[in-house]
Amino acid sequence: MTTSVVRIEDKLYQNRYLVDAGRPHIKVRQHQSPSSNLLALTLVCPANCYGVNEHGQVEVTADGCMECGTCRVLCEENGDIDWSYPRGGFGVLFKFG
Amino acid sequence: MTEEKFDAIVIGAGMAGNAAAYTMASRGLNVLQLERGEYPGSKNVQGAILYANMLETIIPDFRDDAPLERHLVEQRFWVMDDTSHTGMHYRSDDFNEPTPNRYTIIRAQFDKWFSRKVREAGATVLCETTATELVLNANGRVVGVRTDRAGDIIHAEVVVLAEGVNGLLGTRAGFRKVPKPETVALAVKEMHFVPEEVIAERFGLTGDQGCVIEAAGTISRGMAGLGFLYTNKESISLGIGCLVSDLAETLERPYALLDAFKEHPSIRPLLAGSEIKEYAAHLIPEGGFKAIPQLFGSGWVVVGDAAQLNNAVHREGSNLAMTSGRIAGEAIFAIKSQRRPMTRENLSLYKAMLDKSFVLKDLRKYKDMPALIHTNSRNFFMTYPQLLSQAAQNFVRVDGTPKIVKERATSAAFIKARSRWGLLSDAVRLALAWR
Repeated sequence: MTTSVVRIEDKLYQNRYLVDAGRPHIKVRQHQSPSSNLLALTLVCPANCYGVNEHGQVEVTADGCMECGTCRVLCEENGDIDWSYPRGGFGVLFKFG
Repeated sequence: MTEEKFDAIVIGAGMAGNAAAYTMASRGLNVLQLERGEYPGSKNVQGAILYANMLETIIPDFRDDAPLERHLVEQRFWVMDDTSHTGMHYRSDDFNEPTPNRYTIIRAQFDKWFSRKVREAGATVLCETTATELVLNANGRVVGVRTDRAGDIIHAEVVVLAEGVNGLLGTRAGFRKVPKPETVALAVKEMHFVPEEVIAERFGLTGDQGCVIEAAGTISRGMAGLGFLYTNKESISLGIGCLVSDLAETLERPYALLDAFKEHPSIRPLLAGSEIKEYAAHLIPEGGFKAIPQLFGSGWVVVGDAAQLNNAVHREGSNLAMTSGRIAGEAIFAIKSQRRPMTRENLSLYKAMLDKSFVLKDLRKYKDMPALIHTNSRNFFMTYPQLLSQAAQNFVRVDGTPKIVKERATSAAFIKARSRWGLLSDAVRLALAWR
């Protein structure tokens, strides 16, 4: 598990981002214990943006987000997360796509 | 600009949006196109294969200056287990033709080119602008959009939603639902740079000939999924995609699947010595005909991936996007030139034209395929690939066992894994879904 976390950071390091500091485009709604879909994001998110804190709650750090929408598909309808696009020009900037 | 009313606003500068904007602008309509990326293509991800025919219909002389990587002469279909692949390769000199049929492209570069054509055709393209909301009047008719730029509503007679698989405007307005996890695949992809001559040597290519591999099997660990390898001029696009509902169930990490695919003994030598320069992720519509939402309404149409127009069986998406964008543009131009309003009734012309095209004909043909593949994913992506590999190895390995014994062992393995009834029912269901 540790090795795959290291590998994903190496992968994301290749990418170009313009992070909109202080304006995250994804927010996790407050919860006591995460739903199974929300918890799944800690493994299924391709940028590994989701993690579990010491209280067992799921948190998001969207700096490496590639804006694929997987989390939106799994967790928007049930209200676990709020998803918007980053402001124009911000976020991931694919060089090749 | 806010004072001006456009004939049409196009949301997004991908394949569908560019096709729609070009079609309308080149016919003289006053078109505004909004793109949230820094430049067109900066948010777009595709394998990518360009189908020439559908672009030719829009820009006949595109080969003169479009950034094309390689024209495809060879297609390899691989069924993989953990140590092998069983392949069906199709290579033909017929594909070395004056106007080749398929090319590999790099989307960020291609989309910049396509966007330049859109601007040359007369459209206004505004990048770094995220459209945040559709604006409806009291009658529920779309009259414009709001963006994250300072300023008022931008008005238009019609809005073309080319916002991609993960588009927000149409779902926020309630025109369609967010895709279900079982109707989209998550694909992850890396760009591997390898010298041009090394690619030529490894794949037996000369000049700008190209080769693609599409692979299914144990690489998706029982999930409905597909791996791909596309040769570009001096890079290789390598990726794997799996259904989001399957990922959520198995809790597989997508990048771990990608790394395992890269390490497969059949793939590793093809990538040896490469330098990785990008890692991308994107959703692919996989729901087929039954997942297509309402395609038009009062003052709006939806095109491309946003409308789930993707042929999962043939791995075609960008051509359906381009064609739906073009047809939407033609329909809007036809309505406009008859001086009729962009009502729901009039915009149904778009759907009527799309019905007659290959787009909806193809998707209708395979309407039962997603359900079949997605509900039997373990059989199709794990059991059969393993059986096929065993059968192939039984066939080619020479060890003194009489052939009749080997053949019986192969048949017995199939029956043991799926039962006679299971084999028959899989075959019948596949045939019915394909029909």
